[in-house]
Amino acid sequence: MSYPSRNLNAAPNQRLNLNRKRGRGQLFEIINATVLLLIGLICVSPFVYVIVSSFSLSDSILPKGFSLDAYRYIFSTNKLVRGLLNSVYITVVGTLINLLLTSLMAYPLARKTLKGRSWILLLVLFTMLFHGGMIPTYFVVKWFGMINTYWSLMIPSAISAFNLIVLKNFFQNMPEGLEESAKIDGCGDWRVLFSVVLPLSMPALATFGLFYAVAHWNSYVSAVLYLNDAGKWPVQVLLRNMVILANSSIGDSSDFVDVVIPPQPVKMAVIFVSTIPILCVYPFLQKHFAKGVMLGSVKG
Amino acid sequence: MKAPHSLAKNPMYKDRALYMMLLPGLIYFLCFKYLPMWGILMAFQNYSPHLGLLHSDWVGWKHFARFFGEDTFWLLFRNTMLLAIYNIVFFFPLPIILALLLNELRAEGYKRFIQTLVYIPHFVSWVVVVGIFYILFTTEGGIVNNLIAALGLDKIQFLLAPEWFRTMVTSQVIWKDTGWGTIIFLAALAGVDPGMYEAARIDGASRWRQIWHITLPAIRSTIVILFILRLGHFLDTNFDQVLLMVNSLNREVGEVYDTYVYTNGLLMGQFSYTTAVNLFKNIVGLILVVGANRLAKKFGEEGVY
Repeated sequence: MSYPSRNLNAAPNQRLNLNRKRGRGQLFEIINATVLLLIGLICVSPFVYVIVSSFSLSDSILPKGFSLDAYRYIFSTNKLVRGLLNSVYITVVGTLINLLLTSLMAYPLARKTLKGRSWILLLVLFTMLFHGGMIPTYFVVKWFGMINTYWSLMIPSAISAFNLIVLKNFFQNMPEGLEESAKIDGCGDWRVLFSVVLPLSMPALATFGLFYAVAHWNSYVSAVLYLNDAGKWPVQVLLRNMVILANSSIGDSSDFVDVVIPPQPVKMAVIFVSTIPILCVYPFLQKHFAKGVMLGSVKG
Repeated sequence: MKAPHSLAKNPMYKDRALYMMLLPGLIYFLCFKYLPMWGILMAFQNYSPHLGLLHSDWVGWKHFARFFGEDTFWLLFRNTMLLAIYNIVFFFPLPIILALLLNELRAEGYKRFIQTLVYIPHFVSWVVVVGIFYILFTTEGGIVNNLIAALGLDKIQFLLAPEWFRTMVTSQVIWKDTGWGTIIFLAALAGVDPGMYEAARIDGASRWRQIWHITLPAIRSTIVILFILRLGHFLDTNFDQVLLMVNSLNREVGEVYDTYVYTNGLLMGQFSYTTAVNLFKNIVGLILVVGANRLAKKFGEEGVY
C-alpha cells in the first residue's frame, strides 16, 4: 500500500518531494482499493442475494428466516432433475466430441508440409466471416434427422473454428524433435498424436475442454430451436420458461410445475441449482483461462 | 494400389494418416457450415419444406424487394444500430478503465482477489443473467421496485417498458463482461517494463502523468484493434440475450435481425423471406468485418484474419 522502498534511494531533495507526494499517493491507493472492492461486490452481490433469498421465507425487501420450501418444491417433481441430467449428458458427451474432433483436425493442420493445408485453413477461416444463417442451418439439422435428438445440440457445434486455429497454433509451437524421435522409433502419425502429442498437450486440452463444457452447459438457444420434446430439455430451457417467460406473463409455466407464477424463492432456487456446476469449476476456469487467452495470442 | 512404388514417393500417400485425421473435421465443416450456405438459395425461392430446395419455385429478388420496402427494415436497422451504439459508448470504455484501476493496485493478493470477483459473471449463462435481472427488477416483489415503493415513488416497469429496454440490455452486458474484458488489457500491461515507472518516478512524474505517458501508450494498440473489431461486429447483437429480453410489450424497440428471423421464420414459417433478411444482415456483416480488418492493418496492426 506504500511506495516501494527503492524510492528512498532517490536524491535527498527529491525524497522530500516524494514524501509530500506519498500522502496523496496513499490516499489515491485507498480510494482505488475501495472503488475496486465496490465493483467486485456489484459483480457478486446479485448471486449472494439470490442464493440467500432462495432459503428465505417471504418476499419482503430483505431475506428473512430460513426455509427449504423452495428446494422441496422444485424437487417435488422430477422435471428439474431430468433437466439437470440432460444438461450433464449434453455437456459431457458434447465436450468429448468437441475435443476429439478439434484435436484430430488441428494436428494435421499444424504440419506446414501438408499438401492442401492452406486451402483447408481458408475453408475454415471463411466460416468465421460468413455463415448460412438460422433457417438453412435448421433445415440441414432436420435433413440429418437430428431434430428432437441430443445430437442436434452436440454435432452442429462440434468444432469451433476459433478454438481449432488456436489449438493448431499450439501444436505448431511444440518442439519438432518430439515427433521426429517418435517416428524414428517407428510410430505412425496416429500413435504420435495419441501417445506423444495429446498427452503432452493436457493443459491446453483442459483449457479448451473447460471452455467447451461451459458453453454447452450455458447454451439454451439450440435447445429452443431443435428440441420440441420437453423431456429432453436442458436445465437452461426450464430456467428460462420458469423465471423469464412466467415473469413477463406471456408464457406458461405449467409444463414445469403446476402453478401459474412461481414465487420468487422458487425461481432463485432454480437459478442457484443450475449455476452450481459453474461455481464448482470456476477455480479451474480461473486457473486456465489466462492461459487460454495467452494461447489465443500466439499467431502462426 | 497398382503402383505402390511410385505411390510411396507421393507426399500425399505418405501423409495418408494425416488426411484420415482431417476427414471428420472436413466433413463437419462441409455439412454444418457450407451446406447451410448452399441453403441460402431458398432466399430466392418460395421454399416449402415439403418440396425441398430442388423443387421449390424460384421467385428471384421478391423477398428482398419486400423487405427493403417494408417499415420493418428501418425498425430492425434502428434497433440494431442503437443497441450497438449504446454498447460502444457505455460498455466499451469500461474494461479499459477497470484494467487501469487494477493495474494501479500494488498488493498482488488483493488484485487477484478483485479479479476473482469481477470475472465470475462472465461464466454464467445469459438465462441466469437475465433471470437475475428479472428477479431484481420485477414489479411483483423485485427488490429494486420494493425499495422504490418504500421511498413512496411509483414502481417502474423496467422489464416491460420500451424506454427501459436498451438500458437493461446494456447494463446486463456491462455487468457480465466488464471484468472479463480487462484480461486482454492486463496482459498488455504485464509487458510494460517496471523500470519505466521507476524512471518516471525519479524524474518526479505524478501518478496521472505515469498513466498518461506509460500505461496508456502501452495499451493503445490493443484499444485501437479492439475498437476496430467491435466496428466489424457492429450488427452482431447478442441473440441469446436479446431473445430473452424481448417480449410483446417492448418488441418495437427490442426486435433485431436475429430475433425477427427466429420469430417470423422458425415460429411463423416464412422461411424464404427470413432467410433473405438473414442473408442481408450477413453480407453487411461480412463487408464490415473485412473492412475493419483492412483498417486494422492500416493502423499497423497485424489484423485478425
